[in-house]
Amino acid sequence: MDSVRCEPAGPGHPDSPVLALKILVAGGFGVGKTTLVGSVSEIRPLRTEERLTEAGRDVDDTGGVEQKSTTTVAMDFGRITIREGLSVYLFGTPGQDRFWFLWDELARGALGAVVLADTRRLTDCFPAVDFFEHRGIPFVVAVNRFAGTREHTPEEVSRALDLDPDTPVVLCDARTRSSGKRVLIDLVEHAGKVHAARLLADVAPGA
Amino acid sequence: MPYPHRRREPDPGGPPAGAGPGEPPGAQHLRWYDEAAGPMVRPYAMTKGRTSPGGHEFDLIALVVSEAGADGGPDGQGLPAGPEQGLILDLCRGDALPVAEIAADLDLPLGVVRVLLGDLLAAGLIRVSLPVPPALLPDEHILQEVVHGLRAL
Repeated sequence: MDSVRCEPAGPGHPDSPVLALKILVAGGFGVGKTTLVGSVSEIRPLRTEERLTEAGRDVDDTGGVEQKSTTTVAMDFGRITIREGLSVYLFGTPGQDRFWFLWDELARGALGAVVLADTRRLTDCFPAVDFFEHRGIPFVVAVNRFAGTREHTPEEVSRALDLDPDTPVVLCDARTRSSGKRVLIDLVEHAGKVHAARLLADVAPGA
Repeated sequence: MPYPHRRREPDPGGPPAGAGPGEPPGAQHLRWYDEAAGPMVRPYAMTKGRTSPGGHEFDLIALVVSEAGADGGPDGQGLPAGPEQGLILDLCRGDALPVAEIAADLDLPLGVVRVLLGDLLAAGLIRVSLPVPPALLPDEHILQEVVHGLRAL
């Protein structure tokens, strides 16, 4: 990062010579989020020390630890440098339900999300699908193919998840870089279309 | 007197270097590190107990850059909360770094980094630029560039 400096990414952001984009990787516990982030990016753990909220208090037994007011959540964090001044950051959302309170912050300003699904436990990805649908965040569903599982077609998965017909469903192998790349490319292309359509709708309301 | 700060690695031997005169009794315990639990010191000790970054919000991908000439002095004595803030200034000198990357680089929890950044911002030692919401991306060329970049990985 010490070679040629790039100029601002575009007009209107003279103070921002670099641009960072955020992509979330979500899905149930053990579905391959860490594997996916690691296959396409330089991955590091990111710790957040969260204050225990009311939401977490029911689950976190703090009996006997009267002082405990924070809990540590580890996320996967990966960076893909597109060029000097343009990077994509991947955040693996915490898999446990009790850390849902972190999702809102993660999702703010995200370009889009990958929802990883395992067809043996498809219900595990329902909450993530709900979350991104409700917040209008573009997402793709990537079915991680585990050895020994029956192949499901994207159409079957799309129907089972009751997805919007425009939401892409792709089959992937989270362990391989080429497959992970494909998923991200599909997401960025999809997100581009969704954002462009929204811009158009803003320009010509009711059209 | 700045608070003693956490060390991640246990001392290889010899008497603990902490617990000097004027430091709280038991300061050597700050050197404790547990494989499973991580550092055995409350991370917010570093922020003097503060958990809120002074009214500022720091998005995970907000970009931080040190102001020209920002310097915490030797051992960070001139910084509001001590040496970690000096490390942040060093990291963000020249190249802007997102908040999440600072936390990962320093292996500090995000919440702690945000408080430290709040001090630095208030002291005029850093500049922070907000991330551009995807809807306001300058043009679609950026996304095309990302797609090309991903293909080339």
